[in-house]
Amino acid sequence: MAQPFRTAEGGRIDRSRSLAFTFDGREMRGHPGDTLASALLANGNRLVGRSFKYHRPRGLLAAGGEEPNGLVRLRRGGRAEPNVRATLAELYDGLTAESQNRWPSLNFDLGAVTGLATPLFPAGFYYKTFMWPPAWWPAYEGVIRRMAGLGRAPAAADPDRYDHRHDHCDVLVVGGGPAGLAAAQWAARTGARVILADEGSEFGGSLLSGNESLDGKPAMAWAERILAELAAAGNVHLLPRTTVSGYYDHNYLGMLERVADHLAEPADNQPRQRLWKVRAGQVVLATGALERPLVFADNDRPGVMLASAAQSYVNRYGVRPGDRAVLVGNNDSAYPAALDLAAAGVRVAALVDLRPEAHLDWLARLDEQGIEVMAGRAVTGVEGRDGVRGVRIAKLSDDGKGIVGGVGREVECDLLCMSGGWTPSLHLFSQSGGKLLWDEGLASFRPGEAVQAVRVVGAAAGRFDLTACLAAGAEAGNAAANDSGHRRRGRGPRRPTAEEMPPPLAARPMFLIPGGRGKRFVDFQEDVTAADLQLAVREGYRSVEHVKRYTTAGMGTDQGRTTNVNALGVVAQELDVSVPEVGHTTFRPPFSPVTFGALAGRQVGELLDPLRRTPMHGWHQANGAVFEPVGQWLRPYYYPAPGEDMQAAVNREVKAARHSLAVMDATTLGKIDIQGPDAAEFLNRVYTNGWKALKVGSCRYGLMLGEEGMVMDDGVTARLGEGHFHMTTTTGNAASVLAWLENWSQTEWPELRVYCNSCTEHWAVVSISGPNARKLMAELCDDVDLSPEAFPFMTWRQGTVAGLPARIFRVSFTGELSYEINVPAGCGLNLWQTVLAAGEKYGITPFGTEAMHVLRAEVGFIIVGQETDGTVTPLDLGMDWIVSRKKDFLGKRSLSRSDTARDDRPQLVGLLTEDPNLRVPEGAQLIPGSDPRPPVASQGHVTSSYESPNLGRTFAMGLLQGGGERHGEVVHVAFDGRAAPATVTAPRFFDPEGSRARG
Amino acid sequence: MARYSIFALARNALRRHRDWPLAWRSPEPKAAYDAIIVGGGGHGLATAYYLAKRHGITNVAVLEKGWIGGGNTGRNTTIVRSNYLHDESAGIYDHALKLWEGLSQELNFNVMFSARGVINLAHDEHEARELRRRVFANQLAGVDAEWLTPLQLKEFCPILNVDPGMRYPVLGGALQRRAGTARHDAVAWGYARGADGRGVDIIQNCEVTGFDIRDGQVRGVRTTRGEIAAPKVGVVAAGHSSVLAEMAGLRLPIQSHPLQALVSEPVKPVMPTVVMSNAVHAYMSQSDKGELVIGAGIDSYNSYAQRGSLPVIEETIQAVVELFPITSRLKMMRQWAGIVDVCPDASPIIGLTPVEGLYFNCGWGTGGFKATPGSGHVFAHTIARDEPHAINAPFTLDRFHSGTLVAEHGAAAVAH
Ligand SMILES: Cc1cc2nc3c(=O)[nH]c(=O)nc-3n(C[C@H](O)[C@H](O)[C@H](O)COP(=O)(O)OP(=O)(O)OC[C@H]3O[C@@H](n4cnc5c(N)ncnc54)[C@H](O)[C@@H]3O)c2cc1C
Repeated sequence: MAQPFRTAEGGRIDRSRSLAFTFDGREMRGHPGDTLASALLANGNRLVGRSFKYHRPRGLLAAGGEEPNGLVRLRRGGRAEPNVRATLAELYDGLTAESQNRWPSLNFDLGAVTGLATPLFPAGFYYKTFMWPPAWWPAYEGVIRRMAGLGRAPAAADPDRYDHRHDHCDVLVVGGGPAGLAAAQWAARTGARVILADEGSEFGGSLLSGNESLDGKPAMAWAERILAELAAAGNVHLLPRTTVSGYYDHNYLGMLERVADHLAEPADNQPRQRLWKVRAGQVVLATGALERPLVFADNDRPGVMLASAAQSYVNRYGVRPGDRAVLVGNNDSAYPAALDLAAAGVRVAALVDLRPEAHLDWLARLDEQGIEVMAGRAVTGVEGRDGVRGVRIAKLSDDGKGIVGGVGREVECDLLCMSGGWTPSLHLFSQSGGKLLWDEGLASFRPGEAVQAVRVVGAAAGRFDLTACLAAGAEAGNAAANDSGHRRRGRGPRRPTAEEMPPPLAARPMFLIPGGRGKRFVDFQEDVTAADLQLAVREGYRSVEHVKRYTTAGMGTDQGRTTNVNALGVVAQELDVSVPEVGHTTFRPPFSPVTFGALAGRQVGELLDPLRRTPMHGWHQANGAVFEPVGQWLRPYYYPAPGEDMQAAVNREVKAARHSLAVMDATTLGKIDIQGPDAAEFLNRVYTNGWKALKVGSCRYGLMLGEEGMVMDDGVTARLGEGHFHMTTTTGNAASVLAWLENWSQTEWPELRVYCNSCTEHWAVVSISGPNARKLMAELCDDVDLSPEAFPFMTWRQGTVAGLPARIFRVSFTGELSYEINVPAGCGLNLWQTVLAAGEKYGITPFGTEAMHVLRAEVGFIIVGQETDGTVTPLDLGMDWIVSRKKDFLGKRSLSRSDTARDDRPQLVGLLTEDPNLRVPEGAQLIPGSDPRPPVASQGHVTSSYESPNLGRTFAMGLLQGGGERHGEVVHVAFDGRAAPATVTAPRFFDPEGSRARG
Repeated sequence: MARYSIFALARNALRRHRDWPLAWRSPEPKAAYDAIIVGGGGHGLATAYYLAKRHGITNVAVLEKGWIGGGNTGRNTTIVRSNYLHDESAGIYDHALKLWEGLSQELNFNVMFSARGVINLAHDEHEARELRRRVFANQLAGVDAEWLTPLQLKEFCPILNVDPGMRYPVLGGALQRRAGTARHDAVAWGYARGADGRGVDIIQNCEVTGFDIRDGQVRGVRTTRGEIAAPKVGVVAAGHSSVLAEMAGLRLPIQSHPLQALVSEPVKPVMPTVVMSNAVHAYMSQSDKGELVIGAGIDSYNSYAQRGSLPVIEETIQAVVELFPITSRLKMMRQWAGIVDVCPDASPIIGLTPVEGLYFNCGWGTGGFKATPGSGHVFAHTIARDEPHAINAPFTLDRFHSGTLVAEHGAAAVAH
């Protein structure tokens, strides 16, 4: 198939192979080495998208990452990706792309009717209207939303994988153009570890698109030699297709490597993209400069592009971006571009130089090609809506603010190349905290003082002479390596010399070209015109940040790369101040948009968060347990028998514990090993009760309070030795309690000799509970005297259980006779199975967390985080007995604050609904009256609510204002518009004396 | 003040938009005012607006060290809701929500309040219990709240993942339909224009560097643009409140942390509501412009550096991709941070201080944008009358002595 705009020869494409692709369903062909953008141009397809606000037809402005218009939706299905820059999308066989933001089609877009009403849509118009009638706003908003947005998100999940990689290097060189290559070469020669990253698919930067020579040979030959040297060196990592996107504190940089985006799909085991997180000793930024558009009427028509882009299309991709070109510039750049276009067979109709005088050396060269040069003139308008058909050229007044000598003359062409000067690419430098300085000659910012270990070289530093860039790169690479402690032995690499260029003639900064009637775009992607910026200033939005936010200039996916300086220029002109007085907006990461999937890496799906399972997990699974997540753990919730629903299963489990024997996997409880001569003193300070007198071999229940006096955690701690304790915490708080202990021991009480270690994972815990628990223990353990006298409640013994070394704790959370058997984690499953086998004769029943909750609630035990919410004191829970009056402890002082000491605070109570079958939802509110219609002041809430097979009815606990004194009173439980009467009781429903656990 | 409307747009279009008046003036500071507001964020500007509008106090200056709205007002993820747990909070946040509902008309500036609903997800039994508790409490307080099952959630927000096989499955969620989002900049600008139109001076690039306090009474402030006298000074400086308090010899129980946020590239509408998840930790909505607006966590250290870092963003995006799998191939376009002022009970401080004539409004932490109109309204009352409005009476500085806290950790979390 013909590619009518392909040049006869040249370019870095592989003409021997042809690749098929489609754009909006149209089948076309290109070559390896093409981007989607160059291939579209080769096929004569210039219309690539519709603009954001006015839906104006748009073509390609650039050839690189700064492209604002050519955003397409690439691939299909789960691999579809919106807002892909066609200029960075490498062509592969079978590529499919679609244009965006148009309906029904790119050529016929109904959205363009907004274009007719454009006078009504200046910057910020939406702040001024859509307010009446107020009820219509949702409808207005619906329309606004549908008109806005760029591409469509995919509809299916992403099948690809993303990796993360952490790395260190001595010198990170960003940008693989001549300056960057020289820097990398010189740094590498010292032996320093070097990373060289470049956004493009090939290294070479500007050399790829130009036709400079070095030492008389094509400059790319030099680049290839350096690359070969770097590739062969063991200390260099070359990363093409890698965008350095964020420069954070302490020389920490984020980079996105597009590993497989140039393929139809990633190969097996290949990630699609990889996020690099690099801690660099030194950074060399050789990020180049970007050409600026000129701001004249209808400067956004398809066929208007940057001169450097046109050069890149002919030289690098072998594509003629048009048949007949006009070039316009305020600096020298348009001249070589004109020559390159002519050489590629484009007819160059004219070169328009905004400067009063043409550049004579260049003029002579253009003359040889028969190209007319028109100085002191500007392009003031463009003919053609869907593509340039001609341009209007008029004479500028001396001050550049007006047009003289009539509307000028029209020149026919289908391509207009512009150069408004160069903007050093300083996003990363600015992100690093570096200051930017205004450079009058450049009419742009250049790097000022750095605050991190970073150097800026080449065009990024405002240098455009190749020999000088190479020298600066070499020097920076060498110095960076030296600063990271590496020195070169022997002489450095030879420095090449570029061919002599005509000496530059000063540019004529001109941020706004007068004349013409069409819109003058400053931000192509955001559809912001010079008039919008002027309006913002006139309305008082004077801070550059206000202008940006009011007009949205610079806020697009291209980060305003081709916009910012022009916008500042226009604003400065309107405010009648200099650009540095206007200042610039903050550069925020990322430099280029970064894929969510890449940021997430492998931590998605199952790997989102580490999943913790106990050693008995497999057994639970095999035996049909339903699990519930508790923190990172999965715990058995209940074990339904065939045909059983949750309630039936829970009732069965609860009954087993009360009547015979039940067993639970209690491994997840937090466990902290505390040692040191001051361990008892330490516990005495962190718990509300006394710990010094606890005997070795005994256990004690403890409550911890936060500094504000509120219950934070609870658990049983055992004294293993004089200076050795085994603390247990709630499952969910294990980590935060350890952090709390460490905080106090390390920063507040460093004088205490105490050491805390998490040992949660070291122990598997099997908890047996029920009247037959001792009988079962007797069968499994013969080296501990199990009699109640020898091994009473709240003590622990070291022994052998089922042949395994074990710590046995006689503690109980169910209110039944219980033993918590701790064995080394690896023995957990063994113990669990032995216990189950031996307990068969007692009908031993595994129980999950829900049955445990019912059992503990029946006997009035609290769960931290359920009966408490960070606002509950021990006194509110009726647990005065555990709060020492004699000693000090964390949170004690707060208990005497006037509010904390109030006696009508919400206090823990039991609640029995009038209807014994009504199980009120947890969280339901407690109100005095029976009318739940708002507004009603709540007096508390239900914290726990269950059905109890032992009580033969439902029961609940709750926090009720002054509840301690209200037993016997009837309150109402309010939820979902209902109010159910319930009697307030003591929060204990079963075995009020607690004799069963002690037995 | 020229009115904004479609007719005004049409009229001005004929004159090529050359005659629009200034939204607000940029006057030189006067030597003295009746009242000074320190901090030109949404809260400060709203305070000035209501001082002028409701209390007739128009000789007022708002002093802003940078550009108005450049603090957290212009950095937040714009979630507006009122489904807090306690009656005191419901009082102020719902007062604000009611003002939001008519704010565009009140200010004659479209703040684009979009009542698209806010959903809080529960991923385990504990969260479900706490969220239901909040729903039941809201029902009594007259704040709209309902509980949705996973299937109902999926219907309300089709891109939400409710697969029971998720690492942290969605058990349900609480929905407040009246809640939503608004356009943050517009709030600052709308209040600024409204205040300016009533005579308030909005003075940017004017940093307060000290207070003139004599005999326990404030007399004025020192600024980078000279001394300015006033018998009443209201400080609304968000993340920098402690810094200003120190200048007045006060200590606040506030910690300042960077809180991060990010937006994706704009896409066509996919996200019809706001979804917040604490357990998996992400918050997401979609702006009118099409960007997915995502709230991340706070950095784990205190700082005044208003810049984003990478690790917090990675964690947030993991959660976003988990909750909304179709976002995996979308791209982050911008990230940033703001400094949030967090009180121990996650509720604000709005009221008098031990210095006569000096008032503080701060501690809004990660979630004060939603309160902007209500906060400004009651703070203006407090300044004008030298006593709190009933709505902000519970939010005294003194509560940290008495312990009468308004604990909203559950409702506020690191949430917005
Ligand atoms: C990333 C992020 C996301 C958030 N998301 C939400 C959300 O979704 N919903 C929500 O409700 N809230 C959210 N918040 C919180 C919300 O932004 C704030 O609570 C609220 O905007 C505070 O408003 P303000 O006017 O008090 O503060 P600001 O807007 O910060 O205004 C304070 C002003 O004081 C100025 N100032 C400081 N010191 C001085 C001085 N010495 N002199 C003069 N001026 C001074 C500052 O420059 C600043 O402009 C979020 C915050 C952040 C950072």
